[in-house]
Amino acid sequence: MSGRATFLGMPAFPVNAAAAVQDSQLRFNLRKATHTIRGRRASVVAEVPDWAELRAAGRQIKDHTLRNLERYLLRLEEAVTRAGGHVHWAADAREANRIVAGLVRATGETSVVKVKSMATQEIGLNEALAAEGITAYETDLAELIVQLGDDWPSHILVPAIHRNRSEIREIFLEKMAEWGRAAPEGLTDEPRALAEAARLHLRERFLSTKVAISGANFMIAETGTLVVLESEGNGRMCLTLPETLISVVGIEKLLPSWRDLEVFLQLLPRSSTGERMNPYTSTWTGAVEGQEFHLVLLDNGRTGVLADEVGRQALRCIRCSACLNVCPVYERAGGHAYGSVYPGPIGAILTPQLRGTTSDLDASLPYASTLCGACFDVCPVAIDIPEVLVHLRGRVRHPRAERLGMRAAGWVFDRQERLTRAERVAGRLRRFVPRRLPGPLSAWTETRDLPDIPPESFRDWWDRTDGGTR
Amino acid sequence: MNGRADGRELILSRIRAAVASAPDVEITRAYRTSGVPPEPVDLVELFAERVADYRAVVHVVEEEGVPAAIAAALALRGVGRPVVPDGLPPGWAPRETVTDDPPLGPAELDAAGGVVTGCAVAIAETGTIVLDAGPGQGRRALTLVPDYHLCVVRAGQIVAGVPQAVALLDPARPLTWISGPSATSDIELNRVEGVHGPRTLEVVIVR
Repeated sequence: MSGRATFLGMPAFPVNAAAAVQDSQLRFNLRKATHTIRGRRASVVAEVPDWAELRAAGRQIKDHTLRNLERYLLRLEEAVTRAGGHVHWAADAREANRIVAGLVRATGETSVVKVKSMATQEIGLNEALAAEGITAYETDLAELIVQLGDDWPSHILVPAIHRNRSEIREIFLEKMAEWGRAAPEGLTDEPRALAEAARLHLRERFLSTKVAISGANFMIAETGTLVVLESEGNGRMCLTLPETLISVVGIEKLLPSWRDLEVFLQLLPRSSTGERMNPYTSTWTGAVEGQEFHLVLLDNGRTGVLADEVGRQALRCIRCSACLNVCPVYERAGGHAYGSVYPGPIGAILTPQLRGTTSDLDASLPYASTLCGACFDVCPVAIDIPEVLVHLRGRVRHPRAERLGMRAAGWVFDRQERLTRAERVAGRLRRFVPRRLPGPLSAWTETRDLPDIPPESFRDWWDRTDGGTR
Repeated sequence: MNGRADGRELILSRIRAAVASAPDVEITRAYRTSGVPPEPVDLVELFAERVADYRAVVHVVEEEGVPAAIAAALALRGVGRPVVPDGLPPGWAPRETVTDDPPLGPAELDAAGGVVTGCAVAIAETGTIVLDAGPGQGRRALTLVPDYHLCVVRAGQIVAGVPQAVALLDPARPLTWISGPSATSDIELNRVEGVHGPRTLEVVIVR
């Protein structure tokens, strides 16, 4: 049960990606998984005649909520409290972890079951609880694989997407006994058998654990209702059976009214798992069926994102992960290279905004894209990811060689005489231009060919031949 | 709790500053809400087909055939004494049942062979059943812990799409939307039915 690895101190994206693309097993696993889900998403989206209208409404509802976030958060707080729940506010990860640990300690329990939640991964809740002597058991199958394997999540929806069935079998056989009930003897790598092993491993834990921690996909300001979408039933187990439920939710997960769910319960399942509807959706309002309920509202950098006119659209994200599944960069580099719980295109715009761009890794993320735009096309809330990427590139301090090069180019392009002279010199010296540039400029030519330099410029050719007539 | 009040005011003031100059957005709901499908379809047929797509077992019967359909399904499954919630229409459940009064503990629910319930609303387009813990449905754990869930859906409870269902449901009640048996896509993104929730979902639709 060693502590989970953290992303701190990771090198920049190009370094991580260069290593990842050498891993042929990883590339095979990712290609297979992303292509499967891509096809499924495309077919269930195609059968919805009003998808474009739903997408437009999804974008508008989120933008309207963000514009009026204070009002709706206060309304939510009031509604949750009225329904017997307790609302806590956490400005950053430390405060959130402190609040949750305090709530768990107050119950006298030392173990909690967890529903898969991006927010609690983002704040490193499991590690913070471990430091307080509280063990958090992940119950989502993929999260379980990651936790048992002492690994990092590499996908928003399927954190263990980088693992294939035989690797998962190995992890179950080696590690399940350390965390509870051991894997069945003679476990095969059939997905059905692996799912059954997870069922047996967690069954007793679900029936006996007194405290659960979840996130939420949506919160409804008008009614104080929280909504969790899931597939396996581990979410229902955690939300229903324990005596105390603590939900940690980012402040941007808000929707104004109950009616708004009619949009998002169509957009999310089809974009995410490529199903018409996910197997289970639970909604609850305050303390229900005798349960104690705490809601921890999390900022942790979100208000900073909200302040950026271009970047704030990232807060519309409903964590469907469709953008990861279509991204040519993600498909090859995998999720770990992004060094964040939010990988892929959405991670490339969310992580540098939430964490800042001071580390090499975070500064490199806006470049972890070809700007092909496939992510924008599939986004159910129409986040223009390429637009935000370009915007963030402008914020990052560029390497010295690039800055010098750009300044030189700017000087040349500034006056026509300078450009003409430069073109003539280049044309005359073209035989001496190397295939690869020396020194710090080699970073450019490592991944790109230098363009061929023509013997004369178009303008010179035009003058000499009078537009090709001579 | 001092930190609580501070965190709250800090977050709210940051929000105020962040969106002060942002324009508001009008919400246009141009998507389908009326429940008129592109062409006339039989909602029972569409619902049955979509539920079956999730690899649930589906029967369509007449009102008087419900007890027999339930009895046959339970017998085939080998469930002698299913759990039944309060308010299940008389005649639906077999003579021998387990009731939730006094409330069953998790271990007792785990030992039960199955559960028989009705539902609040069903959605044809997505093959979804919604339970709202009302009469004939019971509290949420009843349809979660037993490994087998038999759900009776009346034709009149089936609506065309998600918007119509949302409009009929009461957010104050704890809701469970069920679309097929529990499943996972976590292994190579292949769908496998049967994880922590009931591994078998059987739906009896009453025409």
